[in-house]
Amino acid sequence: MSEVQGRVRVQRVAYKGEIVEVKTTINHPMENGTRKDKEGNLIPKRYITHFKCTYNNKEVFRAEWYPSISANPFLSFFVTAIESGNIDFEWREDTGKVFKKSAEIIVES
Amino acid sequence: MLVQECNVKFCRRNFLITSFACAIVTFNWHLKPHVVHATEAEVDALVNERLNGVPAKTGKIILDIPEVAENGASVQFTVTVESPMTEQDYVTAIHVFTEGNVTPHVASYYFTPSSGKARLTSRFRLARKQHVRVLATMSDGSAYVARREVTVAVGGC
Repeated sequence: MSEVQGRVRVQRVAYKGEIVEVKTTINHPMENGTRKDKEGNLIPKRYITHFKCTYNNKEVFRAEWYPSISANPFLSFFVTAIESGNIDFEWREDTGKVFKKSAEIIVES
Repeated sequence: MLVQECNVKFCRRNFLITSFACAIVTFNWHLKPHVVHATEAEVDALVNERLNGVPAKTGKIILDIPEVAENGASVQFTVTVESPMTEQDYVTAIHVFTEGNVTPHVASYYFTPSSGKARLTSRFRLARKQHVRVLATMSDGSAYVARREVTVAVGGC
């Protein structure tokens, strides 16, 4: 499998107080532990359990995921643009591995 | 005559043994918990656990899921909860459950007043035709539920 990498889309410039849509996706198999490989062996569970979005180091949105979420999880939600800075995204796997991505936003008043 | 009788007896015995063996095999096969799907009661328990005795109201939740999903491996859903999303009044969490999947709890989403809108879009797996339930909890302690049936053409889990 190719390297797991998160991708995000946030508009670059926003007005102060504007509600901005954030779209995220990550290429991940989200193995639920019930599938079998070609030899008939069970593929072990491996999925993303937590997603977190922080805006200038303040948490704005958080999610808990279970194996019923599709492979290559897509998620879109909203954030209020308050000030220019970074919006950071973090995906955590059940193995403890963490995948990160960051986006920059410029807020004009 | 004697031989014939014996043959009949043998046949009957054989038949009984075979059918009995078949019954056992079928029964065991049926019991074999290869894939155990969730039930409505299980989701009720999960919802009640998060309600903590608060009565759940209907309304406020807009659930946007296709009525017929072609591919159960990836079904897009949008949940919107009507809320001003201010410091005093906002949606704290949205929980999504499926009543016929192996894992009934799909996801929980936690909002803050800076979320701006209590709305999210994601994709989940659906094993078969089933009900989807959404629970939204508000900052004032109240809770809302919504339930929708989704038909799945090809299950995917």
